[in-house]
Amino acid sequence: MKEVTVEATLESIPVITEFVDGQLEQFDCPVKAQMQIDIAIDELFSNIVHYAYHPGTGPATVRVEVIEEPLSVVITFIDQGVPYDPLAKADPDVTLSVEEREIGGLGIYIVKKNMNEITYEYKDGRNILKIRKEL
Amino acid sequence: MTVETKENGNEITIKPVGRLDTTTAPQLEIQINAVLEKAEQLILDFEELEYLSSAGLRVLLSAHKAFMKKGSGKMLICHVNETIYEVFEVTGFLDILNIE
Repeated sequence: MKEVTVEATLESIPVITEFVDGQLEQFDCPVKAQMQIDIAIDELFSNIVHYAYHPGTGPATVRVEVIEEPLSVVITFIDQGVPYDPLAKADPDVTLSVEEREIGGLGIYIVKKNMNEITYEYKDGRNILKIRKEL
Repeated sequence: MTVETKENGNEITIKPVGRLDTTTAPQLEIQINAVLEKAEQLILDFEELEYLSSAGLRVLLSAHKAFMKKGSGKMLICHVNETIYEVFEVTGFLDILNIE
């Protein structure tokens, strides 16, 4: 298990992505799975940036671990901001016409579709969001 | 991400190279907005785009809407890889955008 703690700012997204990609390379992660994980990082970390400490900022920790059976990578996002459950929102209607389309909620929806599992809990004053992707 | 723009009369090709995400989407938006008025045909060539997130979708949707509002011209997206295609598919964007 490896983890890194950064400031919850947009500038940290490339830092987190590089950190996670570095870990994934050690496990021969397929390119497609890696890209889907990178997309998930962009969606979930930008959520933390926008909601956790708004309008200020604070620390965010990203943890990467690999588990067996089935072989999966688990990435955990932890912040100490206001309680925010991104899974509480209803899924967007992806059948609406172009005029009615909104982008809100699409990010988390893409993550749900691309990952095998996503869980949220608020514990000890921390938002803990976990994604699991089978390799 | 870098963005290459090529003009051939009223046909303009914009090629984003790298990753289209929260931090890079504004770059593409600026490039598209710069050619929106004069482009009769805007081609977004995704040949060297690795992936896009919802921040990229937002830019594509607002560009598509701007073309509809303009009443003339067309925006086309080509050379989409499998990961990007699946993002378009699950979000219903396949039915909205012109994807070749």
